[in-house]
Order: sequence, then structure tokens, then C-alpha cells
Amino acid sequence: MKLLQLSPSELQQRLSGPGVWLRTGPFSLRVQSRIPSVAKGLVDLYGQFETRDSRHAFADFHVELNAPSTLRRWLRPQVDFSFDGSLPFKPLPLDQAYPMLEWGLNWCVSMHAHQYLIIHAAVVEKNGLAAILPAPPGSGKSTLTAGLVLSGWRLLSDELTLIDRLSGLIHPLPRPVSLKNQSIDVIRGFSLEAFINRASHDTAKGTVAHMRPPRESVRRQHEPARPGWVIFPKWTAGAETVLSPRSKAQTFMFLAQNAFNYSHLGTDGFRVGTTLIEHVDCYDFQYSQLPEAVAAFDRLAATPHDVD
Amino acid sequence: MTSIKSARTARSQDRVSAILRDPESLRRYSMADWDLLIRQARSSGLLARIRHVLAQHHLLERIPDVARWHFDAAATLADKQQLAVRWEVAQIQQALAGMAIPVVVLKGGAYVMADLPAAAGRLFNDIDILVPREQLNQVEAALMLAGWHPTGLSAYDQRYYRRWMHEIPPMQHMQRATVIDVHHAILPDTARYHPDSGKLRSRAVAVAGLPGIHVLAAEDRILHSATHLFHDGELPHGLRDLTDLDLLLRDAATAPEFWTHLCARAEELQLGRSLFYALRYVQYFLDTPVPDSAFAALQAAAPGRFTLALMDRVFTRVLAPSHASCADAYTPAARLAAYVRAHWLRMPAHLLIPHLFHKAFIRTEQDSEAPKPA
Repeated sequence: MKLLQLSPSELQQRLSGPGVWLRTGPFSLRVQSRIPSVAKGLVDLYGQFETRDSRHAFADFHVELNAPSTLRRWLRPQVDFSFDGSLPFKPLPLDQAYPMLEWGLNWCVSMHAHQYLIIHAAVVEKNGLAAILPAPPGSGKSTLTAGLVLSGWRLLSDELTLIDRLSGLIHPLPRPVSLKNQSIDVIRGFSLEAFINRASHDTAKGTVAHMRPPRESVRRQHEPARPGWVIFPKWTAGAETVLSPRSKAQTFMFLAQNAFNYSHLGTDGFRVGTTLIEHVDCYDFQYSQLPEAVAAFDRLAATPHDVD
Repeated sequence: MTSIKSARTARSQDRVSAILRDPESLRRYSMADWDLLIRQARSSGLLARIRHVLAQHHLLERIPDVARWHFDAAATLADKQQLAVRWEVAQIQQALAGMAIPVVVLKGGAYVMADLPAAAGRLFNDIDILVPREQLNQVEAALMLAGWHPTGLSAYDQRYYRRWMHEIPPMQHMQRATVIDVHHAILPDTARYHPDSGKLRSRAVAVAGLPGIHVLAAEDRILHSATHLFHDGELPHGLRDLTDLDLLLRDAATAPEFWTHLCARAEELQLGRSLFYALRYVQYFLDTPVPDSAFAALQAAAPGRFTLALMDRVFTRVLAPSHASCADAYTPAARLAAYVRAHWLRMPAHLLIPHLFHKAFIRTEQDSEAPKPA
């Protein structure tokens, strides 16, 4: 059954009781929370995801978002993210409860799922090939990702590129796309189809909101994709749209440094990383206009792939 | 002395020690059991060790597909850590080479260096070494030159370590972020018991290929592990340390006269009480085969009936997986009791009371960020 088939009261009851069970890509979650904005966030953004009765199901990650049990809750309401009873983060203001769930889930995956080489990068797919978009914050990676998935590309993930260590394929984790500051309005202006939830202000990353993943991406969330490109986007005001080839060695070094668990995997991390680089084309990509950027990606997806 | 195995209730939710005692029991597991096992094992740091035990019993195929990655991922991490431990110990050896200082690697690091079964699937937080007290300053200076620096403790913690503890504040490597604990004894100077570090060193065994690096002799290794466990106030890895002891005991017990030697050595080092508790609770949690003769030999060091009944109530709780599913109404009280007891053993009242007062009420921001001397 899909989450949207639960009535709001049923969802609320589960969240504040035994928890809501969800499947996102290869992982199952159990979320517990008595905070209304968490329930609202799940209803708004996870409607298409599969849910089950959490009392009988196995879950990979058991997470809870609730107010810390200190006196402080009366002075300045806060929220704690609990990973099965342990608190990996300091509490945040209550208004940030929903983004904290998303950040916490990213942490769960990146700290534990060592069956994948996990690169800090967005990843989207078209015609069977995946484009990995690694980039430092502020490079317009999430904006570009949102623009692409609203234009027919499949969302695999906006933060965590999961490369299966055995097959080399990329496993989707199409959770909501995180948008910051101006990109929220850029995406609202880009497409009427975009559903973006209520923004949380004054977070460590500024104003943050999340975009609902496209229905088709969620429907195909168990379908892995072959790596095709590694593309480093860079948004620059007023810039021309330029796609330029980039050194594979440099790209490998960047990916290794930006993998969450490269060093945990030992020599296997090197093997998985070099195999990936052998099979992809590497580019730098500069843009200022989102529609032009999407068109450039579409042209790339339509041209025969150099490698392989 | 009666065993407390019979006290183990059928109601116990502790899946971790249950599966270590009887790996075949997973054949009866529901998905809810797997869910609970993985959560408890993760919070006890024992996922990789359980995977190792299941592999030994050819039971890996029995893990449901959706659950298997948790064990595999933990094993990946454990394998990487073993390599890292070997590398770090070699770095320590190089940093201290030429100083003719005997270095004894303790605990987990020693299990890896000596290729013991207790290394299998073990996760690490730091590397512990023991050096002679007279050479402590030299060692600290040499490690600093090699890139390890004292961690950012508060002035109070720094003073506390240097004045009263059996170790200097943890040192962290600038680039690799690995942490070394440098000890000059296995218990604080202020503790009730004073095992002679010279005696421990005199029987230490050299590690092949790393001149100057040693590990404790088999009996001493067990006694140190037991002492550490039953003098530690917070026991975040209580069950993991208990499984270390179980593996060390099973491995060493094949030697002739092992139990006689172990108990005699415990008495010689004033560690009989710790060994008594260790043997009692490995039996309780893990069915470790311990002969009655060992308990008889430790009779003089054993606690009285009342104390023992109390300790049973405390340790059967605090050594269980630190997971909500294993806690009952008395668990918080048991944890507090273990904390106070450990401090009571480690320092006399005129030091203990001001120390606990400081820890409870004068907690600075820095105190709560940095690793604390417990």
C-alpha cells in the first residue's frame, strides 16, 4: 500500500505510536514522531512510497524525531533526531524538524551502507545511463537536479550516489530533493508541476525546502542504472552554457575525496572507483539558465556514448 | 558458589548473547527477531562479530536477504579497522624506535597483533599501549613529534588525568585522527588494587616483525580485560568486552593447567575479584565453559553473599546490549550503581566526592565535546 492511502489520522496515529514504515530505494525505514510538521512533510512528499504495518516488518533504520525531554522545551522548542536511541546530532529548533529528518536519513545511509561506494553527489538517469553530479555546496547542483527531473530525467538521488560494489550499477534512492534559498523560487518559476513543501528558515544551510520526487522516479526506485557521465555543474550568473571535457584522473581524485566511505572500503573502494571512471565521460558544466542547461543535458543523452 | 545461569529468564529480550550462545537458534527467527538482533548488535558494536560466528557455523545463508547487508557492511568496516590497527601499531613502533622502551599493546590492538580469535569482527575506538611510568614523558614527546597530539580536554580533565590516572590524556593523530591511550599502569594510582605493571611487563610476549612491541601473556591479557571491564564506569561496550573475554578464555583454556595458572596469577596481581566477576558473567551471558575448580580457587577473592546478589542485579543489566529493548525499570539505577562502584574502586572518597560533584555540575562546553576520563 502507498503512504497516500493512509488517512491523515491513521498516519498521525502510526507516527506517534508504533511508527510509519516506508521503503525508500534499497532501504526500509521506521519513523516515529509526535511533531505535526514531520507528519505533514511525509504526507506532502512521500505519498507515492510503499508503506506497511510497522509492527510486523523489518526496518533497516529506526528513527525518531521528538522534542528533547528537558526543561528547555518550554523556553525554546527543539527537536532531536534519534537513531534507534542514539543521538548523532545536537538538537535543532523545532521549525527544522522536517529537514532534520531528511538530513538524519542521509546520515543513516552514509554511515552504514558500506555495500555501496557512497559518493556525495546528485544522480539522474535518461535512456538507461546515469549522470553523476558531484559538486560543492553553492554550485547549483540541487537546482539543476530538480530542473532535470522536472524535465523527464529520472531522479536517482539528490545527495547520495550509491554504487553497488559488486555490479558497479547505481541504485536509486529517490527521496525528496533539497532546495536552498533562491533555488526554491527558481524551481517554482521553472515548472508548475513542482511541489515544494513549507520552507524552514535560518537553518545551517539558510532557508531549506524539499521538492516531491516525480512519481515515475519513485515507481522505478528499485531499477538500477548504468553510470554514463560524471558532470561537475557550476552555476555562474550570466554565464554561457558550456560543457567541457575534464581529466579522468582529476575526477577520480575528487570522487574519492567526496565519497563518504571510500577509506572504509580499502582496496575495494579504489577498484570500484576506477572501474566507474573507466566507464564514464567526464565533464565540467557551466550554466546560468536552467532551461538551457536541461537542453544541453538532453543533447548529451541523445548522443551515442563515447565509452564502452 | 552457585552459578547464575539458572537466573537467566526466558523473558530476556537480549538477542545478541542468545545468538552467540546458540547460533543455530536463528533457524527459528521471525523478521521481527532479525530486526531486534541487528539493532541490539549495532548498539553493542557486535554486528561484525556475529557475522563471523555465523560464518563459522555455516549459517550465513540463513540470514534473510533484506537483513544481510547490515552484517556485511559491519564486516567491511571491521576488516578495514584491523588493517588500520596494524598500520598504527607499526607507526607507533617507528615513532618510539631507538628509545629502547618496551611497549605493550593492550586490549583490541593486542588481539589483532597476536592474531587471536578475539580479533575476529572486532571494532575499535582507539589503541591502548602500556609503557614504563619513568619513560612516560619521553614517550609522549616522541609521539607528539610523530604527529599525535593531546586531545582538547578541559583544564580540569587534564589535571585529573595527570595527577590521578593510570594514563595520560588520549592523543590523536593530526592527519589520520586515530587515537592512542598511553597507560603506565592498568589501574589508577588511587585504586584499591595495585597490580604491579613491572610484573605484567616481565611476562610480555614480543610481536614478531616489530622490535620493541609486545603483547601481554595469555593469562595477563585475560586479567587486564576483566579488570578493565569491572572498573569501567560507563560500560558502553560491556557486552563486546565480555565476548572478548569469552573468546580469550576459550582460546587460552586449551593450554595445560590453564585455569590453575590463571587463578594463581590473579591472586598474585590482586585481581582475583575482577576475575571472579568476569568468569561469573561470561558464564551467565555466553555459556563460557568455566570449571568449578576456578570458582573454588577464587573463593577468597569472591564477594560476600549480599554483595554478590547486588552485583548480579547490576551486571546482568549493565552488560546487556545498551538498547532500549534490553532495559527494564531498574536499568537506569543499575547503570548509576555501576558508575559509582567503578569510581569507588578507582579512588578514595576524599577524591571521589569532589570529582563526581565536578562531573555532575561543572560541566563546561569543552567537557561535553571531548572524550571524558570516566
